[in-house]
Amino acid sequence: MRPALAVAAAALLTLGACGTGSGDGGGSAGEGVTLTITSNSISGGKNAETADWTAEWVIPRFEAAQKAKGRDVRVVFQPSGVDDEQYKTKVALDLKSRAGADVIDLDGIWVGEFAQAGYIKPLAEAAGPEADSWEGWSRIPQAVQGLGTFEGKRYGLPQGTDGRVLFYNKALFRKAGLPDPWQPRSWQEILDAGAALKKAGVPVPIQIDAGTAMGEATTMQGALPLLAGAGAEIHAGGKWTGASQALKDMLGFYRQVYSGGLGDPRLQQEARGRDKSFAQFAEGRIAILAEGDYFWRSVIEPTAGVAPMKDRDSVVGYALIPAQRPGAGIRGQDFVSMSGGAVRVLNPNSKNPKLAWELLSFMHSAEATTSQLAGAARITSRTDVNDAVLGADPMLKFVSDEVLPLTAYRPPLAVYPQVSVALQEATAAVVSGTSVDEAAAAYQRKVESLVGGPANVAG
Amino acid sequence: MSPAEVPRSAAMVSGKHSLGFVVPALVLIGVFLVFPALWTVYLGLTDHRLTGLAAADPQVVGAANYAEALGDERFRTSLWLTVQFVLGSAVLGQAVLGFAIAWVLRDRRGPLKSVTEGLVLLAWILPSSVVAFLWIALLDRDGGTLNAILHTPGFAWLLDHPMMSIIVFNVWRGTAFSMMLYGAALENVPPSQLETARLAGASTLQQLRDVVFPHIKGHVLTNLLLITLWTFNDFTAFQLTAGGPEGRSEILPVYIYNVAMSGGRLGFGAAVSFLVLVVNLVLAFAYLRLLRSRGEVRPS
Repeated sequence: MRPALAVAAAALLTLGACGTGSGDGGGSAGEGVTLTITSNSISGGKNAETADWTAEWVIPRFEAAQKAKGRDVRVVFQPSGVDDEQYKTKVALDLKSRAGADVIDLDGIWVGEFAQAGYIKPLAEAAGPEADSWEGWSRIPQAVQGLGTFEGKRYGLPQGTDGRVLFYNKALFRKAGLPDPWQPRSWQEILDAGAALKKAGVPVPIQIDAGTAMGEATTMQGALPLLAGAGAEIHAGGKWTGASQALKDMLGFYRQVYSGGLGDPRLQQEARGRDKSFAQFAEGRIAILAEGDYFWRSVIEPTAGVAPMKDRDSVVGYALIPAQRPGAGIRGQDFVSMSGGAVRVLNPNSKNPKLAWELLSFMHSAEATTSQLAGAARITSRTDVNDAVLGADPMLKFVSDEVLPLTAYRPPLAVYPQVSVALQEATAAVVSGTSVDEAAAAYQRKVESLVGGPANVAG
Repeated sequence: MSPAEVPRSAAMVSGKHSLGFVVPALVLIGVFLVFPALWTVYLGLTDHRLTGLAAADPQVVGAANYAEALGDERFRTSLWLTVQFVLGSAVLGQAVLGFAIAWVLRDRRGPLKSVTEGLVLLAWILPSSVVAFLWIALLDRDGGTLNAILHTPGFAWLLDHPMMSIIVFNVWRGTAFSMMLYGAALENVPPSQLETARLAGASTLQQLRDVVFPHIKGHVLTNLLLITLWTFNDFTAFQLTAGGPEGRSEILPVYIYNVAMSGGRLGFGAAVSFLVLVVNLVLAFAYLRLLRSRGEVRPS
């Protein structure tokens, strides 16, 4: 009897869902509209705090505000908790088939290729002139606005920015007789620390993301900061970096880490290697790990992180990423970093573009941005909010004060993600034993074919 | 006269009727099979991409994608890995193991048979994502069940033996179909003939070769045709190794996904898909020829 009842109940529920669905999807404003938000975050999993903020703060408040205006608006959140590359594919396919959520979370680096494909439109086109007169623009620094800008047009509202540092486990450092606070001044000092940690019995002294399985994390956490430390940017003066000395130095550092037993080469090959590296750092198996401040606020965060560390604040330290040698970094710097950031865009196929813009700008208001912080560390896009919350968390302050002044951004060019994959493949080759020169030559060939010939590559 | 005409008009009416019955099916096949296939051919001739300028305005590049694929070492490696995967997991693995189980269980009744069949079937009907997690837990380098059983901590099955891992996985996963098909086929073998052979002193191998196999030849070919095509296009292995490490388990479906979806090269991916389609057609054709020649031989 019971299965029959369950089936009947399910059928009734489905009928009920259909009923409300047709009522809400009715289209014309005034009698019930549904808006959808999507991002690569999911409650209890990846970027949980964004998912919870969207579901618990944004949606009820926005719906209430609309109700006060006499409009019946329902907002639905579509969560996702997958690798960034998979999320990107999903969103691209959604937009390609003229479907998808009304407000979409994107990595700033995808804006160029999405715009070129016609998947997203400048905000002023998608939402109307009110997008350009939004109050928030004056609060967002130019460099951060650049995350959502392509060929001089604003496509998305930036959510904030970040910076890369070296995280280290103070307990393991103490065991190896290393100083705390620790601040290496050259690549050699990182390797020396790694050797000391290995001697003290730490299974994996250093984790610098490498290989294609880690995707863009390899480029952002490893290849690009190291390249910057060797004095080169991936794209400068209209040319892409080829098999230059800086590139070979970068690959050489990988080789020293992974063939010298200081890192775990297998971890770079595993399908879930990055998640595993997070877990191993949290378990005290990895001592030094290069990551963005995302790692601090979403991964090892004591309560909501995916690999929580209860004693994070006392055990985990952070240091600037040194240049190869003092003064050898880009712009003659002693220390380097890389920054990126996510943006939110409007779906040009939205049935309610004006309302979608209202939702988008609401999500980026000072009030919403402050609530999203909820006491956690994060460099938001808005200076007014940063000014108010700065200093609440030492990590946030460190990134904002020490890292952002010396950071660099990726080129906002559509071909960049493919060059990034070429970099990942070069690191993968070196980690699995190919010589630096061979990997660099293969990289040079690949980049030349990607960017339209040797004329666009600086050797 | 009339007796001769009546059947003819009846045949014409039924011809019209049958046309009416066939049209909806033909339309469905046209919309969901022929059109996508032709569309794949067209896409394969362009530089269509998932994002960027080539997504908005793809250009026809002729046979360049095909030439690139055939000259690409990664494609050829992938094709070879797929052949290993199909031979190892489908033809040798599933078909042989499935037959063995069906043969051993053929006369048995009772709990042993139902439990064995139930377990084999379970591997087949569980959702693939669930199964993939189970196998990752089994083969994981740190803390995997297999390493715990064998006392080989830290042995990276999925990294050191990626092909062996996905082949064994796919045998485990897909044996149920062969087992059931052979189980049904074995019921076609007249017990009296087996009995006679046994009394005449034929060994098991001889019984299989001379009594059983001639009766189930058609089933064997049909089974091989189906599992070969399925395995050739099977994507589940992606959830175990994602084609890695460094493409060492990148069978063709995974290669296409990596190139077309992750890499965004839809045009190139379509060209490779079409090549896979051609390989599938050749395989299907070869099996069907074998089946037909068997059908012609039988009456004589």
